[in-house]
Amino acid sequence: MFCILFWISVICHLLPEQAKQQLINGLALGAIYALIALGYTMVYGVLRFINFAHGDVFMLGAFAGYFLSPLVSRLLPAKSYLSGAVVLVLAMLICAALGMLIEFLAYRPLRNRPKLIVLITAIGVSLFIEYTCQHKAVFGAAPRSFPDLIPASNLHFGSLVVSSSQVIVLVTTLLLLVALTFIVQKTKIGTAMRAVSFNEKAAALMGINVNFIISFTFGLGSALAAAGGILYAMSYASIDPLMGVQTGLKAFVAAVLGGIGNLPGAALGGVFLGLVETIAGGIPEISPYRDAIAFAILILILLIRPAGLLGKMQPEKV
Amino acid sequence: MLEIKDLKVSYGAINALHGISLSVQKGEIVTLIGANGAGKSTTLRAISGLVKAQSGSIVYEGRSIAGLPAHEIVQRGLSHVPEGRMIFANLTVLENLKMGAYLQTDQAVIACEMDYIFSIFPRLQERVQQVAGTLSGGEQQMLAIGRALMSRPKFLMLDEPSLGIAPLLVKTIFEKIVEINRQQGITILLVEQNANRALEISQRGYVLETGQIILQDDSAALKKNPQVKSAYLGG
Repeated sequence: MFCILFWISVICHLLPEQAKQQLINGLALGAIYALIALGYTMVYGVLRFINFAHGDVFMLGAFAGYFLSPLVSRLLPAKSYLSGAVVLVLAMLICAALGMLIEFLAYRPLRNRPKLIVLITAIGVSLFIEYTCQHKAVFGAAPRSFPDLIPASNLHFGSLVVSSSQVIVLVTTLLLLVALTFIVQKTKIGTAMRAVSFNEKAAALMGINVNFIISFTFGLGSALAAAGGILYAMSYASIDPLMGVQTGLKAFVAAVLGGIGNLPGAALGGVFLGLVETIAGGIPEISPYRDAIAFAILILILLIRPAGLLGKMQPEKV
Repeated sequence: MLEIKDLKVSYGAINALHGISLSVQKGEIVTLIGANGAGKSTTLRAISGLVKAQSGSIVYEGRSIAGLPAHEIVQRGLSHVPEGRMIFANLTVLENLKMGAYLQTDQAVIACEMDYIFSIFPRLQERVQQVAGTLSGGEQQMLAIGRALMSRPKFLMLDEPSLGIAPLLVKTIFEKIVEINRQQGITILLVEQNANRALEISQRGYVLETGQIILQDDSAALKKNPQVKSAYLGG
């Protein structure tokens, strides 16, 4: 671990200033992808299908923050770290509930159906959320500018500029990753999640209520997506009902890149994708092609390692 | 303790059980023998709630458990060691055992039960931090039995505990099954292809053939039965 950090710092010293700046920007974007990718991968772990509505939960998280912010600033000083944290936690709770509701209404009735049917339902849920939210009685289709949640300031390290929201993105993501690792690895419910993901039937024989664990997994993943939504909105300032489409797709790609079903893999894939996209975007000659480059690298990696960076090859059982 | 009447189970269009009836008294070891595909595992799966019964009744300690979800059946003290062991290969031995005690909230009870399991299977204690997928077949079987005992069952169902295990370990496993039955007073329903051994340790047995019970008797009598001898005991 320290060895890796040492080499990273050596490499950083050798890089030109502009590249360092891009590295920080890329890390901040990658952290957001990572938070969303974790939800895709966790749901895949327990249900073996891709919840395409996950990107929309990310969007709902950003909107929850948008509407919560003025409410919270009535009670707490606006644009303070405390009120920002309260908005974040409340948005995470709301989206956890929404994620569980989506699972209960749309996916649970299809539990014993072929996975393809659940997958198509997920696409339907995604479209339903996107177009309902675009209706003028809901959010409307026009982009809205996201309020400042925390005091805006820039930290200068030599010629490097790190905005306070970038610091918050990185710190929050790190804290959430630590919390998630703790829940999954050390708690009883996390162990049950891993047990269900390995063998649902055996888990039921232990007395584990599999439906409850699946519901909990949706809640956890959706809370992380909501955090991603708030952090994204803080960084890019504009939100709209379709913001989850492309970001959600990229986070899905990040999850596949890391090895679907693998939690550290999802985080790594997210950071990797964010870095590649930002670095390619920072080189003027190729910047219009940054998404194409990011996806080309993805295809290359999957050609060499079909199970993803950290995934294990598992022969399909027939 | 367990009373099954006219149990029918089908997988889609295929009928696996054509209405079987059997009973197990408290404290007994009862065995279910039969060829591959006779419906032995299906019987256990229907009792533990992994498959739905099409018709018939399953009454456990005076109450019907047919149609209950699997996790609620465990709650009533009925534990199932499934075919193929189904241990959680991605978890450590310790985590597997803890999952067995999922419904138990009293840490002292869990610790006490774990001590008992380590006393009958010391090998598990040596490997407590090891990832379960790296255990040998015999050790995995010990873990599967240990994990099922963690829920402190009154009734234990074992599906093919000798399958894919070194002959020397098979003997140990069967000795432990008897020990569990005698010392803990746990009633056991044992499904085995190794009919010889199963009839040795059990008091009564049922013979299943293509989804029907064709014979039932004391184990000693079944061992002498010419039909059983020629079909399941190798002449």
